[in-house]
Amino acid sequence: MELLLSSAIGMLTAAGVYLILRLRTFAVVLGMTMLSYAINLFLFSTGRLVVNAPPILQKGVEVYTDPLPQALVLTAIVISFGMTAVVVMMALGAFLEGGDDRVDMPRADRMPGDDQA
Amino acid sequence: MSHLIIAPVVLPAVIGPLIILWMRNDLLLQRVFSVAGTALLAGVALYLNLLAAGGEVQVYRLGNWAAPFGIVLVLDRLAALMLLLTAALALAVQLYAMGSGWDRKGRHFHALWQFQLMGVCGAFLTGDAFNLFVFFEILLIASYGLMIHGGGEMRLRAGVQYIAYNLAGSTLFLAALGVLYSVTGTLNMADMALRVAAMPAEDTALLRAGAVLLMLVFAVKAALVPLHFWLPSTYANAPGPVAALFAIMTKVGVYGIIRFFTLVFPQDAVTQGVVTDLLLPAALFTLAIGQIGILGTRHLGRLAAFAAIGSIGTLMIAVAQFTPQGTAAAVYYMIHSTLAAGALFLIVDMIGARRGDLWLRLDRVMPGNGLVAALYFTAAIAVVGMPPFSGFIGKLLVMQATGAAPAMVWIWATILITSLIAIYAMSRAGSIVFWKSFELGPAPVPAPAVAAGPKLEPDEPVQDLGDAPANWLAVASVALLLSGIVALTAFAGPAMRFAEATAAQLHDPDAYVSAVLEGQEGTK
Repeated sequence: MELLLSSAIGMLTAAGVYLILRLRTFAVVLGMTMLSYAINLFLFSTGRLVVNAPPILQKGVEVYTDPLPQALVLTAIVISFGMTAVVVMMALGAFLEGGDDRVDMPRADRMPGDDQA
Repeated sequence: MSHLIIAPVVLPAVIGPLIILWMRNDLLLQRVFSVAGTALLAGVALYLNLLAAGGEVQVYRLGNWAAPFGIVLVLDRLAALMLLLTAALALAVQLYAMGSGWDRKGRHFHALWQFQLMGVCGAFLTGDAFNLFVFFEILLIASYGLMIHGGGEMRLRAGVQYIAYNLAGSTLFLAALGVLYSVTGTLNMADMALRVAAMPAEDTALLRAGAVLLMLVFAVKAALVPLHFWLPSTYANAPGPVAALFAIMTKVGVYGIIRFFTLVFPQDAVTQGVVTDLLLPAALFTLAIGQIGILGTRHLGRLAAFAAIGSIGTLMIAVAQFTPQGTAAAVYYMIHSTLAAGALFLIVDMIGARRGDLWLRLDRVMPGNGLVAALYFTAAIAVVGMPPFSGFIGKLLVMQATGAAPAMVWIWATILITSLIAIYAMSRAGSIVFWKSFELGPAPVPAPAVAAGPKLEPDEPVQDLGDAPANWLAVASVALLLSGIVALTAFAGPAMRFAEATAAQLHDPDAYVSAVLEGQEGTK
């Protein structure tokens, strides 16, 4: 269980970091999503791993799971979902304006006439 | 407890949606409501400063829930000061945005402005670490919208980079919070401070990792070298007034570092100096790279951006001392550098409006050359820290605070040498823009073929002067910011006493902790 979860977090993070270092926005967006999945799983595990236990107080129950990380993960999911939507819109806007989906700044970022110098 | 403590969050949170829902198509109404909201925010911030000046830490419990379980807002001197600084900067810059016509270049400028203020004010007020993350996201998502206001390829490209960098920063923030929660079992900052202090030294390895992760997150926000790469192209491509407002955003990162590393992780405790050891060299490099960047750049927007990075470097040198004297110097310099950076971005935007682009090259004499030149030189003197303005006093205070530090030689050498570089760089830029242009004369020179460059329509990076509805308002708002610097210089004594009181309060975290966790009769 621990091994499964930690290796899942590690692999998602590794894939996410690799993808956000790419030069195309699509890969970057995918990388962001992977990273946020990894973080959500990680947050989930910060309350310690307990299987089949309720998070809310009940009569006759001895073992509980920590409810707070679940609330945090919920918030984090909502926020990362919204942020992904924003980054997709911006990337789309940049693609439509610039004609390609590269992440780095285009030639117009240089001072006009610099190429000759 | 005063209910006005939550007003800096609620007020913009109400006005923003009102603007979107009811005044979407009426710019005049938007302007009236937005300015009235910001002015009201400034009034509330002023009142909160009076409230905090008593020296007592004020706590606002949301829903009246008891402290480590419910979310608290905490008002102390630093939070109150940052609120006032935010509101004052926002008000002046907003007037500029209206005077220069930037706010009508795209839709929803004023609504996003209010959401931005809500996020910034919330981040300064909250006493809960996860709530801080939420407010960070609010201010970031509003800043994404503001940054691409007006549109255009360059701005969108820079915007994508900015988002990608900050989303990575946000995931790091969550990781840091997760680590800290798993070790301490709490997210309330006061409660966390108690648990960290009570933790046996051999169990603190994970805690140190969490503390360093958190420092990295705030360093990304503050644009500390080597995490500053998002800043230059973002600020250079953002609309001028937005870049000026962003001057407060880097300060949110600085605020986070001051808050967490005086309250939760005081220097000599569990972190074993690891944060200080990392922070001081980073601050020195930030200062050096910022000031050399001013010299190296050929774009006026980047010039202002690198000046902002340099000022963060000076600020963080003072913060990294983690002594009351250092923190007091940091508080004073923070006020100065926010106003100065804001003014510089606005002046750069004025130059852009008059010249048509922001490249640092010979061009014809612009209209109103003398006036803009006077404003530029005033701001430049303040930014590089030459007498007579508050930048000089601020740098002097920082040097005084580091006089006894072990790395004193390095710190003083860096500050003095980089100041010289900055003086040279700013005066070179000023003479190219304002003086050498007379060699070409006021008549428009026919542009050579190569210099024509890319066509600027319709995603013009600057707002055309001919479009400005009230140019006097734009000039007046810059003068307002500069007069803030003059006032900070003239009343340096009282300001410094306030900064010292603020620092004393920050370095006595027990008062903060007991204000939050004790005296909770009557809560749920």
